[in-house]
Amino acid sequence: MIRDITLGQYYPTDSVLHRLDPRVKLCGTLIYVISLFLFQTFTGYIVATVFLVSMIALSHVPVKFIFRGLKAILFILVFTAVLNTFLTPGRELVSFWKITITIEGVRLAAFMILRLVYLIIGSSLMTLTTTPSNLTDGLEKSLGWLKVFRVPVHEIAMMMSIALTFIPVLLEETDRIIKAQQARGADFESGNIIRRVKSLVPILVPLFISAFRRANDLAIAMESRCYHGGDGRTKMRPLAYGFRDIMAYVVLVLYLAVVIVVGIMF
Amino acid sequence: MSIIVNHVDHIYNPGTVFEKKALNDVTFSVENGEYIGLVGRTGSGKSTLVTHLNGLMKPTGGGIYYDGVDISSDGYDIKALRGKVGLVFQYPEHQLFEEDVFADVCFGPKNLGLKETEIELRAYEALKAVGIKDEQFYVSPFDLSGGEKRRVAIAGVLAMKPEVLVLDEPCAGLDPAGREEILALADHLHSSLNITVIIVSHSMDDLAEHVERILVMNDGMLVMDAPTRVVFGHRAELEAMGLAVPEVTAILSDLKKAGLPVRDDLITIEEARSEILRVFGK
Repeated sequence: MIRDITLGQYYPTDSVLHRLDPRVKLCGTLIYVISLFLFQTFTGYIVATVFLVSMIALSHVPVKFIFRGLKAILFILVFTAVLNTFLTPGRELVSFWKITITIEGVRLAAFMILRLVYLIIGSSLMTLTTTPSNLTDGLEKSLGWLKVFRVPVHEIAMMMSIALTFIPVLLEETDRIIKAQQARGADFESGNIIRRVKSLVPILVPLFISAFRRANDLAIAMESRCYHGGDGRTKMRPLAYGFRDIMAYVVLVLYLAVVIVVGIMF
Repeated sequence: MSIIVNHVDHIYNPGTVFEKKALNDVTFSVENGEYIGLVGRTGSGKSTLVTHLNGLMKPTGGGIYYDGVDISSDGYDIKALRGKVGLVFQYPEHQLFEEDVFADVCFGPKNLGLKETEIELRAYEALKAVGIKDEQFYVSPFDLSGGEKRRVAIAGVLAMKPEVLVLDEPCAGLDPAGREEILALADHLHSSLNITVIIVSHSMDDLAEHVERILVMNDGMLVMDAPTRVVFGHRAELEAMGLAVPEVTAILSDLKKAGLPVRDDLITIEEARSEILRVFGK
């Protein structure tokens, strides 16, 4: 169950997407996410689907692996779909007892599901093809101009990179603690909701303690290597755009153009 | 009580780049009252193997039989099995969570659905068995020393009255006194309470003094399964796997190579001492 969470996980293989500059991927993901919310018609979603499918094909990440991330948001998906279907006013489709399903409701629900699914797949595709350190490097560089407004860009990027690298570590730790408590007969699957929430205490307490212990160790390790923030810090591999990245920007601009055209024409 | 591990395989993340064969055709059996050591270098599959013994992990091939019944079969009472095969993980003190020591030790028997008095009796007996003093029963487990925490965590498993106790690296990170305490505790549980004990360890010296039989894992395979003395007679093979023989055994065999007429099949410090004194005629 714990291993289904693919958020922030990196899938090590070699592909065009893996080799792209992280800034391109960040920018691309942003454009893609915005385009998802601009589309109001099914034609628009065909464009979004074509784009996403070709990116998945380019990434060389197994499709099974990408879709695993959706399991975690299944509940949210069902919840939004139900709310949208029943609570949108409009032309009546079916009606029974006090509940009316409208054509607009079904339409909206379908759009919402598509948006959420594409949103998750699109953003996990970015993290699956970018190492956490590359990702935060890209973020730090793209947002560097915010420093003018005294936004601590380096610190935020560092926190993000630590958080991302620790996701798998903490997941593993959680898995270990769950096993250790199961070895003592703990049962997380049966009983009513209150019992189930209570059964999480033997996992959460050790997990928090271990997270604090790790944070403390890491802080000491960083300080003993003279970490003092981003000022004057150099990079081993500074980010630089290549031909491939420029081509990727061209593709993004084309996509954006198609999005705008589809938005106006259909 | 008997455990049969029959041609067990375990593959992690099959079909992805993370695929790894952690166990490869492992077969052995454990009889009642045995005292076993399980050795192997890091990543050899020791921990994966022991988590199979109480059904926490399911083999991807082969089967595990407890008292002759396949533990993967439908309707098998896996919770009862976890009471019978007590598994103490590495750094077990990291799983403590209750407000006081006594409540934490009660967690296991409570999960078995026992009566209140029985739960408390078992917790009391377990804490006594691991040598925790009465005045420490109601302090927070986080205020204890490293060795005490570990003994409390072991008591948490003992309170379930297991027939088999598996200790995964029970001495890791403890000082010499702490190590001795834990190993003496394992001896006591084996000899006085007649519990079958399996110790997973890197330290050949620790094992030599205590266990009767050793299983050696290498690269997911079980490569040796023999009485302690026999296993330590294979110095070259063990060293090729990144393992070692007890230090005294290594010293004796080096002395023999240097021309002294000593036996080199001895494994404890006591034996080595009298052998060396014998050779020097004292």
